[in-house]
Amino acid sequence: MISLQPRQQPSKLMGLLAPLLALLLTVLAGLVLFALLGVPVGQGFYAFFIEPVSSVYGLSELGVKAAPLIMIAVALSVGYRSNVWNIGAEGQLILGGICGGAVALYFYEVDAWYVLPLMMLSGVLGGMLWAAIPALLRTRFNANEILTSLMLTYIAALLLSLLVHGPLRDPDGFNFPESRLFHAAATLPNIMQGTRLHIGALVALLLVVVTWVLLSRTLLGFALKVNGQAPRAGQYAGFTQNRLIWFSLLYCGACAGLAGLFEVAGPIGQLLPTISPGYGFTAIIVAFLGRLHPVGVVFAGLVMALSYLGGESAQISLNLPVAVTGVFQGMLLFFLLAADVLIHYRLVWRRTGVAA
Amino acid sequence: MSADNSMLVLIGLSVITAATPLVYAAIGELVVEKSGVLNLGVEGMMLGGAVGGFAVAHLSGSALLGVLAGMLSGMLLSLLFAFLTLHLRSSQVATGLALTLFGIGLSALLGQPLIGVAYEGIPTYAIPVLRDIPVLGTLLFEHDLMVYGSILLVVAVSFFLRSTRAGLILRAVGDSPEAAHALGYRVILVRYLATLFGGACAGLSGCYLSMAYAPMWAENLSAGRGWIALALVVFATWQPSRLLFGAYLFGGITILQLHAQAIGINVPSQLMSMLPYIATIIVLVLISRDRGRIRKNAPASIGQAFHPTK
Repeated sequence: MISLQPRQQPSKLMGLLAPLLALLLTVLAGLVLFALLGVPVGQGFYAFFIEPVSSVYGLSELGVKAAPLIMIAVALSVGYRSNVWNIGAEGQLILGGICGGAVALYFYEVDAWYVLPLMMLSGVLGGMLWAAIPALLRTRFNANEILTSLMLTYIAALLLSLLVHGPLRDPDGFNFPESRLFHAAATLPNIMQGTRLHIGALVALLLVVVTWVLLSRTLLGFALKVNGQAPRAGQYAGFTQNRLIWFSLLYCGACAGLAGLFEVAGPIGQLLPTISPGYGFTAIIVAFLGRLHPVGVVFAGLVMALSYLGGESAQISLNLPVAVTGVFQGMLLFFLLAADVLIHYRLVWRRTGVAA
Repeated sequence: MSADNSMLVLIGLSVITAATPLVYAAIGELVVEKSGVLNLGVEGMMLGGAVGGFAVAHLSGSALLGVLAGMLSGMLLSLLFAFLTLHLRSSQVATGLALTLFGIGLSALLGQPLIGVAYEGIPTYAIPVLRDIPVLGTLLFEHDLMVYGSILLVVAVSFFLRSTRAGLILRAVGDSPEAAHALGYRVILVRYLATLFGGACAGLSGCYLSMAYAPMWAENLSAGRGWIALALVVFATWQPSRLLFGAYLFGGITILQLHAQAIGINVPSQLMSMLPYIATIIVLVLISRDRGRIRKNAPASIGQAFHPTK
């Protein structure tokens, strides 16, 4: 019989090992999944995990996918540390794309240096605006931010659809629901010739550093941690929960909004009815897998980016549905949550029937 | 029956079909939350039930088997949640989110071959005699059995929570697990059963969507209804009768978007589609702003893991 025995102190080692264990279990379960789908296991493994990153272009695509995940997850972990459960980053990302994209279309063919910075500013503000709604409703009216931020994601998706079917539609586009292609001054500079890797990847790393400093070197970071682990102690220390809610949500809104703008001004290059394959939701998994730590988030972001590339590659070479990606992502989070039990408990073997 | 009446009856009927999945999902989650467990995976379990029910109904040709399969799919997914949160004591919020993300992915994968498959829907059953009442007869007594079932379920849950010993134990476990444990009740077992019941209800809700409301399978068929059901539980302040009212209110709002064009409201369809989500936010705000009322009605230990100390 296996039983759980509480540890005296949470194990730091297990905190680091649990994600690796979860990854291992996910890969194993993935192989079982391939077998069930009737795919040769070795071929499935190669197509999903190896092929996508076996070329320079593949690696650059990994960066393209990881950038938005890391940008959002690093900001989400700030909130999750203090029990602010923003799960509407996807909506904040969409609003960033809409607001930034609208600026690009307003300055269509204006070849000036200020267009791109203005787009970024607008994207950031759009994301913040969308995140401000759950913050206001939570602090002012006590409404659960999980539900409000999620509802706002559906509304944002419909808003984007409305705009590309209407006001922002390409006037010469034969009524297709898409905007004009952004002109050169409104698209992100590439950082690698012949790939789609854009400056978003660098911005993501910059945000990682900024967030790390924020969490470990500032009073605000300390307050976030205290209020998450011991809300009452935090209140005695004078850290108002409301201020932390506002900060967590606005910070995430800003990062997600910028990530959304980078998507439309980078890899996509225009506004479409869908501008993200669920980065805002996947970033939730990235945040947990990265242990709510900025450095951990970088690794986790790369892993989850691989799950997108793997899904695409498996679709092309093995004709598997793209939905495999979602299954992998969900399994990974489950295994991680299960493996986390080892942080607080140790497994002990006990023979049944023998008095301890 | 005049033309006006038949239009009204038609709208009324569609409100009832739109409300029924919400009733199932929300009444299940209400019981789960009453036991002190917050399962945010309703959306994932609904999708599991939707795809499981539809697949079996399509393959076997039997609606009954389909409904059972849908229920079972929801229960299996909830079992995963229960094991992680109750045995491995993982965070209920994170695990619920994981369940939703996993359910979305898994249902999309399994449902791939079912896209575009036609299904005739669950047969309706008219209650003899009562159906002959003008207007009301058609509106209230000519539904499929799952509609009647949803109403009965709400009545049964209401009775169970209010008037039975087991219901009292369930509420005790939700309000004070320590006290219930000290009295010798098995907190973990009660929470397991409640979570499984919630899974079964979410599964039923899902297969009602795919087998009766739509009736078809599409990726992400539930489109946020699982989350709306979660909001409905708060809206109802954990009381079954109010939950029924809330579900029908939301059913009405959902249907409004379909009939808006017909009654001459000419706004873009996307704006109308936003209505249920906007209404959810407004309703949450209106109920939650009264902190005292929430505190009085919410199960006291909701969302917290229980560590039995021997």
